[in-house]
Amino acid sequence: MKMRSLIATAVLLSSTSLVSAETLKWARAGDSLTLDPHAQNEGPTSTLAHQIMEPLVMRDHSGALVPALATEWAPSTDNPNVWTFTLREGVTYHDGSAFNAEDVVFSLNRAMTPDSDYKELLASVKEVRAVGDYTIEIETDGPNPIMPNNLTNMFIMDKGWAEANGAVKVQDYEGGEDTFAAKNANGTGPYKLVSREPDVKTVLEAYDGYWGADEFPLAYTTIEYTPIQNAATRVAALLSGEVDFIQDVPVQDLERVASTDGLDVRTAPQNRVIFFGLNAGDADLANDNVEGKNPLADVRVRRAMSMAINRDAIKQIVMRGQSQPAGMIAPPFVNGWDETMDASSKTDIEGAKALMEEAGYGDGFSIQLDCPNDRYINDEAICQASVGMLAQIGITVNLDAKPKAQHFPLLSNLETDFYMLGWGVPTYDSEYIFNFLVHGRTDKYGSWNATRFTNDGLNEKIVSLAGNTDLEARNADIASIWEAVQEEAIYIPLHHQVLNWGMKSSVGTVVEAEDSPKIKYFEIN
Amino acid sequence: MLAYVIQRVAQSALVLLVVGLVAFSMFRFVGDPIDNMLGQERTQADIERLRVVLGLDQPFVVQYYKFLEGAVQGNFGVSYRQGRPVSDILIERAPATLELAAVSGFLAISIGIGLGVFTAIRRNGIGANVIMSASLIGVSLPTFLIGILLIYLFSVELGWLPSFGRGETVDIGAWSTGFLTASGLKALILPSITLGLYQMTLIMRLVRSEMLEVLRQDYIRFARARGLRERAVNFRHALKNTLVPVITVTGLQLGSIIAFAIITETVFQWPGVGLLFINAIQFVDIPVMAAYLMLISVMFVGINLIVDLLYFAIDPRLRVDRTGGH
Repeated sequence: MKMRSLIATAVLLSSTSLVSAETLKWARAGDSLTLDPHAQNEGPTSTLAHQIMEPLVMRDHSGALVPALATEWAPSTDNPNVWTFTLREGVTYHDGSAFNAEDVVFSLNRAMTPDSDYKELLASVKEVRAVGDYTIEIETDGPNPIMPNNLTNMFIMDKGWAEANGAVKVQDYEGGEDTFAAKNANGTGPYKLVSREPDVKTVLEAYDGYWGADEFPLAYTTIEYTPIQNAATRVAALLSGEVDFIQDVPVQDLERVASTDGLDVRTAPQNRVIFFGLNAGDADLANDNVEGKNPLADVRVRRAMSMAINRDAIKQIVMRGQSQPAGMIAPPFVNGWDETMDASSKTDIEGAKALMEEAGYGDGFSIQLDCPNDRYINDEAICQASVGMLAQIGITVNLDAKPKAQHFPLLSNLETDFYMLGWGVPTYDSEYIFNFLVHGRTDKYGSWNATRFTNDGLNEKIVSLAGNTDLEARNADIASIWEAVQEEAIYIPLHHQVLNWGMKSSVGTVVEAEDSPKIKYFEIN
Repeated sequence: MLAYVIQRVAQSALVLLVVGLVAFSMFRFVGDPIDNMLGQERTQADIERLRVVLGLDQPFVVQYYKFLEGAVQGNFGVSYRQGRPVSDILIERAPATLELAAVSGFLAISIGIGLGVFTAIRRNGIGANVIMSASLIGVSLPTFLIGILLIYLFSVELGWLPSFGRGETVDIGAWSTGFLTASGLKALILPSITLGLYQMTLIMRLVRSEMLEVLRQDYIRFARARGLRERAVNFRHALKNTLVPVITVTGLQLGSIIAFAIITETVFQWPGVGLLFINAIQFVDIPVMAAYLMLISVMFVGINLIVDLLYFAIDPRLRVDRTGGH
């Protein structure tokens, strides 16, 4: 009896010391909006979900596509419209129930309902069916060569759990009822939910029955996730040791954090490119001083504007070295990105002036630039710097910087002629960029293209990418579309954003390009 | 008395309705929530659909009417940001703000009156002059700067107090309190000083000047001449007579402590309704903004009403006037 209680005490002591030693206190500006995996397609929301739930395939910290709940996937040999996924066996949810094909069919169908935020990524899917306990098929309307790329944030829920708890439907805004799944979660992921107060604190604990327990470091047994909105407070919390890891260090504090003993700043290019869009399509502009004509319709003017921007100066002065000048609007990880194209933008004031002269705007013109002030790193400051640069070639720019909630509607309502936008590519493929930014605006395509640019030949080529299973021919098409985009210069690429993660030196991780850390990969130095 | 109360309540209700109308007419200028609610992959058709679902295609007067219709039944709608009923969220968040405001208010009143009396009685002393000069800081520095300075000093440099959050809380029914744990109490110190500092200096300066005024009055001189002890003169006769204007200002300031908790809560990541409101503005979460603004105006109107009624209790002359004695 005495012995047993001694052992119990010893076990208790060792386990508590383990727990306290391996807690990761993690903070970033925003909280997850909901635990319902299909309700919000938004950074912090899917980042938190990744610790608790898993998709079929996911990206590791190097950006490579790796198996999660599916072990193998390939297009079906007898039908090009079908992808077959072999599922992992022996996986259990946090409540102990087993994972199988039924759950995948249920979850993907759930993600395709109208209230789901992920339905567009699955728009080409005709049917998801189970062909055995551990095999599923996804049939698409036509062949879809990059289907798996669309599934990296498509989390799988337990069908039985969802049915038992009234969470079959995606959380919506109409009902007014709390969906059980918005505040609770039952995933297969490495960490299970212990407690959650929205906007305050979420506590996760390592799941004993995780299938990958031997495969991943899983160095931390507890995660405490706290949103801290105010940048100065967030940095103070890191400096004072109250948190171990913050995901967004403001550029002005980088040096302060890096020079503190025991703290590191780790940086990596982000999957996000920042650029200006130009209204190249309208006959006349609402926000300029040229009557009856649209100066931006002239490709020489668009090129001249791009040549007037000094990207290195923006990098040095506005971004304090934390950016990578861009020559095309694709992040470097993306299929179709081209090194020469990305290095192609050069500052050439004289050349730009000559082009302006040639286009008949030697005396310049004035135009309004719409810019967000709370969306991208130093967004408003970048715009201010650009105002001065464009003035050098005679373009008087009136800057109108607004909160994102007021800026982005200008793009969807086509109320801006010259605007800033940033773009990340979750599928790591150029088709995603073309669909939203290059294809002319229709009901289905071009919803972020506010340039009014549309080209029937280009549109056809973009649409045909989706069904082209010959990857070599597809890549050639992608390259030729990029040629055209560069030629037309409807966008002025500025730079690729750089991510800055601040952490205690003991936290062992590299920066993930999508700003979505997966704690199971973290080690302790 | 009863007629007076009824009249004031009716006026208050009218004020509330007008505040709501103005608020709803302003929401469109805050921005469009649709882009925040839909993911990057949304199509034009999704945008139209959601706009109709949320009723954002209606004129603001119609939206306001729908809000009122729900509000009188205790239903404030569903938060666009969190997808949960606004009333649940507000109930969850209210304790944090009320506890912070209570501690700040207590500090402001007790220290403010104490220092006010002290600086009035010893008005030429060194201590009083140092306090008066220091109080200029409280009046002139903006709240967020004071908060950041306190965090820098006490959290980063000295490491004594937490820089953010509420610490551990204990749930008593629906109320989560930070008063019962050591970390909860520690977490209250910096935010409550930050929030209460302005009010504290304001009350102190007000008490001091009123007190100086009163101390010059004949009845104080007579009281001294009667040989009353200094303490009785200062506190029973002088202080009591300075309190009428102090109560008016303090009452209104208590309202602003809750309303201006927004900035303090943002600096300290204090999970109260102020932080909720800031998030709501950034996201254009109209149901939360509407409910918050209505609650704050209910509170201000209510405090005004109470202050008016307190006059009756404190100043006998008003009572006589109202009952028509003369």
